[in-house]
Amino acid sequence: MATTDQAGHAAGTEVPGGAHAKGTFPPFDATSFAPQLIWLALIFGALYLLMSRLALPRVEGILEARRGRIAGDLDDASAMQDKARAAGAAYDKTLADAKAKAQAMAQQMRDQLAAESDTKRKTLESDLNVKLADAERTIGANKAQAMTHVVEIATEAAADIVRQITGKPVDAQAIARAMAATKTA
Amino acid sequence: MISAPEGAIRQGLDTVATPSKAIDPIHQFIVEPLARIHLFGVDASFTNASLFMVVVLLAITFLMIIGTAQKSLVPGRLQSAAEMSYEFVANTVRSTAGQEGMKFFPLVFSLFMFVLFSNLIGIVPYTFTVTSQIVVTFALAALVILTVILYGTYKHGTHFLHLFVPSGVPMILMPFIVLIEVISFVSRPISLSVRLFANMLAGHITLKVFGAFVAMLLGGTGAAAILSPLPLAAIVALTGFEILVAFLQAYVFAILTCVYLNDALHPGH
Repeated sequence: MATTDQAGHAAGTEVPGGAHAKGTFPPFDATSFAPQLIWLALIFGALYLLMSRLALPRVEGILEARRGRIAGDLDDASAMQDKARAAGAAYDKTLADAKAKAQAMAQQMRDQLAAESDTKRKTLESDLNVKLADAERTIGANKAQAMTHVVEIATEAAADIVRQITGKPVDAQAIARAMAATKTA
Repeated sequence: MISAPEGAIRQGLDTVATPSKAIDPIHQFIVEPLARIHLFGVDASFTNASLFMVVVLLAITFLMIIGTAQKSLVPGRLQSAAEMSYEFVANTVRSTAGQEGMKFFPLVFSLFMFVLFSNLIGIVPYTFTVTSQIVVTFALAALVILTVILYGTYKHGTHFLHLFVPSGVPMILMPFIVLIEVISFVSRPISLSVRLFANMLAGHITLKVFGAFVAMLLGGTGAAAILSPLPLAAIVALTGFEILVAFLQAYVFAILTCVYLNDALHPGH
């Protein structure tokens, strides 16, 4: 800070020499080398020790822990995903099973109902057939009976008509012949 | 008392009758003892350079040790910056010197951080730039080269000398090639140290010269005073540029260190 030093530095720059004691360009001033080197060695040595022993292992630890955590989390996540996928598959399978079961049950029920209604229908039909046959038979019998009565009635009617018209007793045989003739006609 | 027109302040500065230390662009590089210490007849004074080395050390310690004290899984700003520095240098080492190079990671990291913080702190006005001293940059470069030589010799013995004897060169050319290789090896610490030193020196001189322009123009009359914001704007731009240079030079220093260490790890290319 001495004014003479100042003056010397202000005046002499790269130009070495001049009358000043410290006339050299400051970075090339050899008298400053020793203290700078000594302090550089001390401080850079301290820096190296602090960094290599303390700071860098710590940062490495932090980064390692983070990497481990992220990898662990990712593993967990993928495990969870697998689990979820398995659960999804199980669900799908259960659903499909239930569906198939339900369908089978429905089919069985449908078949059973169909068979039942079939048998019912069949018995009903056969009943009906029997009844139909009975009815037909009855109708046939009644008809035949009616038909026999028809001949009698017609013969009687014919005899009455003839008697009324002619006033004579009726030849029953002639009427029977005529009846037979119309029947065959 | 002062003969004004000489020195690096020639460019326009000579209009000022008495250049004080405020506009002397070289004054910022003077190493001044703050506490005079002599050990065994050697000057070990605690200087302004030493002071700012301590500041650099404290700043790096603050970032890397205080900043990571919480060891949070989700980092805060400071821890994030510390992790970024770590990852950045680690990637540089890995990509240049391979996984084996990671055994020199603490060295490269310390160098990178020391140079970077020295450069950056030096940009702040009224501070001292540790890396603007050739003796500091040369010491760092020498440390790198010594590490290369010692490790290379320890690891590979005489095989390390294959560094100077590239394979597949005709015998007739061999002496010249070996000579060139030796020269290139020897010039490494010089180029490594001078590059950093010269960048810092030139940048700070430029800033100071432009600062002096502002002061001189303001001190002038009429049009000169009106023009004074121009160099001020230039200082702003140059400061931004200096921040870039500060980072870039630290990176260059680190990556060249890795390249040289790679030679020690794998000699005979």
